[in-house]
Amino acid sequence: MTEPSSPAGGIVIEHLHFTYPDGTEALRGVELSIDPGEKVALVGPNGAGKSTLLLHLNGILGGGHGSVSIDGTTVEPATVKRIRAAVGLVFQDPDDQLFSPTVREDVAFGPIHMGVPESELHHRVERALAAVGMSGFERRVPHHLSLGQRKRISVATVLSMDPSMLVFDEPTAGLDPRGRRELMAVMASRPETLLVSTHDLAMVAEALPRTIIIDEGVVVADGPSAELLQDEELLEAHGLEKPTC
Amino acid sequence: MELDRYIPRHSPAHRADARLKILFIVATVLGIALLPVGAFVAYAVVWLVLVGASTIAQLGPLRLARGSWVVLPFVLVAVPLLFTRPGEVLLTFELGPLGLTITDAGLRDMLSIMAKSWLSVQAALLLAYTTAFADLIDAIRALSVPAIIVSIISFMYRYLAVLTDEAGRMSRARQARSAAAPTGQTGGSMTWRARVTGAMVGSLFIRSYERSERIYAAMLARGFTGTFHTAELPRPEGRSLAWFGIALAAVVVFVIAVNLWALR
Repeated sequence: MTEPSSPAGGIVIEHLHFTYPDGTEALRGVELSIDPGEKVALVGPNGAGKSTLLLHLNGILGGGHGSVSIDGTTVEPATVKRIRAAVGLVFQDPDDQLFSPTVREDVAFGPIHMGVPESELHHRVERALAAVGMSGFERRVPHHLSLGQRKRISVATVLSMDPSMLVFDEPTAGLDPRGRRELMAVMASRPETLLVSTHDLAMVAEALPRTIIIDEGVVVADGPSAELLQDEELLEAHGLEKPTC
Repeated sequence: MELDRYIPRHSPAHRADARLKILFIVATVLGIALLPVGAFVAYAVVWLVLVGASTIAQLGPLRLARGSWVVLPFVLVAVPLLFTRPGEVLLTFELGPLGLTITDAGLRDMLSIMAKSWLSVQAALLLAYTTAFADLIDAIRALSVPAIIVSIISFMYRYLAVLTDEAGRMSRARQARSAAAPTGQTGGSMTWRARVTGAMVGSLFIRSYERSERIYAAMLARGFTGTFHTAELPRPEGRSLAWFGIALAAVVVFVIAVNLWALR
C-alpha cells in the first residue's frame, strides 16, 4: 500500500492459449499489454475466457502455449510466488475469498505467507481494512457480514500484501447500489494498476478509461472506453449492450 | 446452522485465556468421569459449582442446565443398564415376549451415568458459552492439536453456514415449484420424489466440491504453499496461570477425596 517507488504493475501477455482438461478451448491466442498504473476493463460475454485469463495472471492456471509476464518477470513455477505477491486477485464470490473464521485472520493470511514479521502484521491488517472502510471489523465472522462488506474485505485481503496491481473478477455483481458505490470508491482510491473483468459497463464508462473486449478466447477490441462503449455494432456483436448512462 | 454458541458478556470467565479454559474443562470432564458410581452428593456439589460458575459468567444460574438437553438422546444409551446389572430386584414386568427386571444396582448405574454425562455437557457448554469459536480454534492450535484437524474444524466453521444457506435456497426453489394443479391434483410418484431429493443432495455435493476448488485457488493466489502459517498467541500471564493451577488442584483434590470417601 505504499506508493510504488519505481513504476510497477505492468502486464504483457503474448500468444496465450489455454485448454481445460475437458477439452474446452478457453483462450486462443490472447495478446495484450497494460502499462503500470493503467485502469483497464476486461469485458465480454459469459464464457469468453475472462476468468480463465485472470487466473493466468497469478499462475493458478498455466501450462498452455504463450506467456504472461508481470513487470518483466515471466509467470512460471519458479517465479510464481513472487508474482502472487505482486498481483492481488479478488475473486467474484467473497465466500470463496474469505475462508478464515475471522476477518483479521483472512486479511493476515497473505502477509503471513510472505513472511511479514509479527510486529508489522497488525499494522498491515489495520491499514488494509482502513483502506476499504472496514476498520474495527477484525474480530467479526465473515458470514455475519453483508455482501458489500464481504466484498470490501476481500479487497483488503489482497491490499495487505502490498500488490502492484489489483485484478477484480466481477466486482459489482450482485451488489446493491450503495454497495456498488462503496466498492467503486475503494477502486478509485487505489494507485495500483487495475484490471477489472465485468459486465457493468456503466462502471467502466465512469471509472476505467481503457477497455479490452474479449470473445471466444481472443482480444477483439482494445481502446479508450469512451470510444468502444459508443460503438453499438461492436458491442452487440460480442453480446454486450451500450450503457444507458 | 450455527456452531457458535458464544454469548458475549464481560466476565472473568470470558476474559480467561482460551487455552487454559480448554485444559481446565477437559480436566473437569475427566474428573467427573472418575467420580465413583452412586456418589450423588458429589454430583450435586459439582452441579452447584457449575451453577456458581454460570452465575459468575453472567449467563444466569440455570443457563447451562437449559442448554444441556441436547445430550438426552445420548444418555438413553445408558437405559439398558437398568435391566442388565445383577442386584436386588426392584421391579419385574413383561414387555411383549420379554420379561424385564429392574435391579437396584442397574438403577444406580444408569442414574450415575446420566448424571455424569449431564454434568460433563454443562461443563463443556460453559466453555462454549464463554469463548468465541475463533478463539477456541486458535487455542486448540496453540495446544498442538494436529494442523490438519485444526484446518478441518476452521473450514467447517466458516462454510457450514454457507452450505446450509445453499441447501436452504435449493429446497426453497423446489418448494416454490411443488404446486398442485388447479384441480387440486398432484403428481409424481414416491420414487420420483426420492430421486429428486437424491439429485439435490448430489448437486449440493458437486457445488461444495467446486467451491472447494475456488477456495483453494483463492488461497493459492495469496501465496498458500500447503502449510498453514498463523500468528502466534502471546504467553498466558502469570496470574492466569496461578488461577489455573489452583482450580486444577481443586478438581484433583475433590476427585481423590470423593473416591477415598467412597472406598471407606
